Amino acid sequence: MLEHIKSFASGFFVTGDPMIYGADVSILLTILAVLFTLTYFKKWRWLWKEWLTSVDHKKIGIMYILSAFLMLFRGGVDALLMRAQLAMPNSNLLQPDHYNEIFTTHGVIMILFMAMPFMFGLFNVIVPLQIGARDVAFPFLNSLSFWLFFAGAMLFNLSFVIGGSPDAGWLAYPPYSELMYNPGVGQDFYIWGIQISGIGSLMTGINFIATILKMRAPGIKLMKMPLFPWSVLSSCIAIIFSFPILTATLALLFLDRYAGAHFFTLDGGGNPMMYINLIWMWGHPEVYIIVLPAFGIFSEIVSTFSRKKLFGYHSMVYAMMIISILSFLVWAHHFFTMGSGADVNSFFALTTMLIAIPTGVKVFNWLFTMFRGRITVRTPMLWTIGFIPCFIVGGLTGVLLSVAPADFQFHNSYFLIAHFHQVIIGGVVFGYFAGLYYWWPKMFGFTLNEHIGKWAFWFWNIGFYVCFMPQYVLGLMGMTRRVVSYSWDKGWWPLNLVSTIGAGLMGIAFLFQAWQIFHGIKHYRKNRDTTGDPWNGRTLEWSIPSPAPHYNFAVVPQVSELDDWWEEKQRREHNPYVPPAKEIIEPIHMPKNSGIPILMAGFWFMAGFGFVFHWLWLTVPGLAGVAICMLAHSFNDDSDYYIPIEEIKETEAAIRKVTTS
Amino acid sequence: MAHTDSTHSVEDNHGSLKSYTIGFLCSIVLTIIPIAIILGGWLEGTSKAVALMMFGVLQFIVQLYFFMHLREEKKPRYNLISLVLGLVILVVIVAGSMWIMLYNMVAL
Repeated sequence: MLEHIKSFASGFFVTGDPMIYGADVSILLTILAVLFTLTYFKKWRWLWKEWLTSVDHKKIGIMYILSAFLMLFRGGVDALLMRAQLAMPNSNLLQPDHYNEIFTTHGVIMILFMAMPFMFGLFNVIVPLQIGARDVAFPFLNSLSFWLFFAGAMLFNLSFVIGGSPDAGWLAYPPYSELMYNPGVGQDFYIWGIQISGIGSLMTGINFIATILKMRAPGIKLMKMPLFPWSVLSSCIAIIFSFPILTATLALLFLDRYAGAHFFTLDGGGNPMMYINLIWMWGHPEVYIIVLPAFGIFSEIVSTFSRKKLFGYHSMVYAMMIISILSFLVWAHHFFTMGSGADVNSFFALTTMLIAIPTGVKVFNWLFTMFRGRITVRTPMLWTIGFIPCFIVGGLTGVLLSVAPADFQFHNSYFLIAHFHQVIIGGVVFGYFAGLYYWWPKMFGFTLNEHIGKWAFWFWNIGFYVCFMPQYVLGLMGMTRRVVSYSWDKGWWPLNLVSTIGAGLMGIAFLFQAWQIFHGIKHYRKNRDTTGDPWNGRTLEWSIPSPAPHYNFAVVPQVSELDDWWEEKQRREHNPYVPPAKEIIEPIHMPKNSGIPILMAGFWFMAGFGFVFHWLWLTVPGLAGVAICMLAHSFNDDSDYYIPIEEIKETEAAIRKVTTS
Repeated sequence: MAHTDSTHSVEDNHGSLKSYTIGFLCSIVLTIIPIAIILGGWLEGTSKAVALMMFGVLQFIVQLYFFMHLREEKKPRYNLISLVLGLVILVVIVAGSMWIMLYNMVAL
């Protein structure tokens, strides 16, 4: 019996690597610490009632962002390990198979489990506040989306200690991701982690389209809506059309691995190139999905900190919608070298270059907004100003890559690596950080220390250039991506060392950010945002107290123009004696919290885990649990309640008292 | 939210027994014919593929028209807009994939 358990455990748990043993211990200790703290301070009930079962979009948003930060940490450690390995030639720090696992998990985590939840977090916290809504269109679904993402992310991360990580690259190209070459469970963890969180992403896309189209406060016509919700709409349109492709593609790959199908195998009539074709149909829109909201964030910040109306609002809206649709027409530029011939390649090269036009329009709009504005450089604006040159260079190297004949030279080299890190870090990550700093006071009710924030910014920004500029050159020198090591005679050592130093600088920048947040929490009372409008903002979210009460708006606002809050403040300044419009408080209709989403995600996790290990005894009850949760929710009529007028008045009075004292 | 459903159910009042019956019969016929084509071996090769795809498209239209009530939607016609966009993207995906994969010099 003991022997039996031993042999099972040696295959089940990842063994043999001291780094992983270290990680095992630290994971265990962290879990114990969390459990102990919760029990010691008797916070279990509070956690369950206030957070885990919450359908409040602001709380869900905060949970998304918290998860994204944890994932950023893990993805960042992966990145630092890779850079440490490449710092010296012939390095033995990581074994080749371990290196493969690390670059795979780095990519998957950063895109799917860091950028996506960070983005959804910002959607959740801000979109309803900006359009004057009290929650999203489907609050229950919203909670379910978060928990499905969480279950998927945990399933994927579990592969680190149980069963072994996937190692076929972040997009798991066959034939290497097929059973024949990859018989372990890593790829199945990959498939199910992404599938389960993908359901959540799709539902979030639907949810926010419905929210933006149907839940705007009276007077917010589409063309009077702030740009962030516009960017969310364009991003969500791309989500609902592209994520089904990902789901179908990974389902086919799973059938290959699980049921012995031959969609992408080398034999039996399969074609691995079809997988590459399909996965990029999702993969390309995906990069626009994550960068469009960043464009929206920059538009809000530029206008706020320049004290000016955004230049070219209409062209901005059209540019984002065009990018959202055009992103579906460029996918083949990821595999020009597949050999589809000149016709195919020139078509996709042209569509790729076309996307640069609306993007260029946006850059000029931001610049013209700043032109002759009264710019105040606070941290959100700093990130925006850092973003513009970075994204321009990233965009230009993208245009270079889009030249199909030249791409045969650049393809899969470090030139490509440098390019996409430049647009994704310079565009997406800088954008989300800018948004996080900008809306932090609205989320938590206190401001962060600007001084530490500036240190973090400069470390990030300088570290970025030090890390990735050498990689362009390395790419041109012939260094290909995913190489585990190189010899002295290649001449790549000095630039690789510089690049590693840059990565270290970004690691330090992350520590600064963590410090900034801890510092903010520690000096919470001193830095309280009592005005609700710390940046002298322009849009509706700044018209309510920070943090927003759980019903957001005591009275649904009546909006008459773009940047309505700014215009309102102007009116009040010109004519302070006009009393504000009489506000009639009515009972507020709100959704009730529900424990079903977290339970259902737990069942999905069970089912996914069962699929990974071919354990039907776990899969079947898991899926049955999912079905039961769906039924239970369908027959639950007790899903909403009204907040009585007295309670609203009390809450408002309490907030006002805090904000005026 | 549940409360707003009272206004929704008034709009929801569409479709008649007649239209549902016609829709049901159409979709049944459009399902039986392709099955018969396969089981009876009436057509071969390209003509079979084209015929099957045609019946698939017809089935799609019947479903949208009789069961999804596409033409009864009020303005702004978000359902129609998203359907058209979905179709455009579907065509791009299918036609684009065929173009890329069939003209693939390596695969040939």
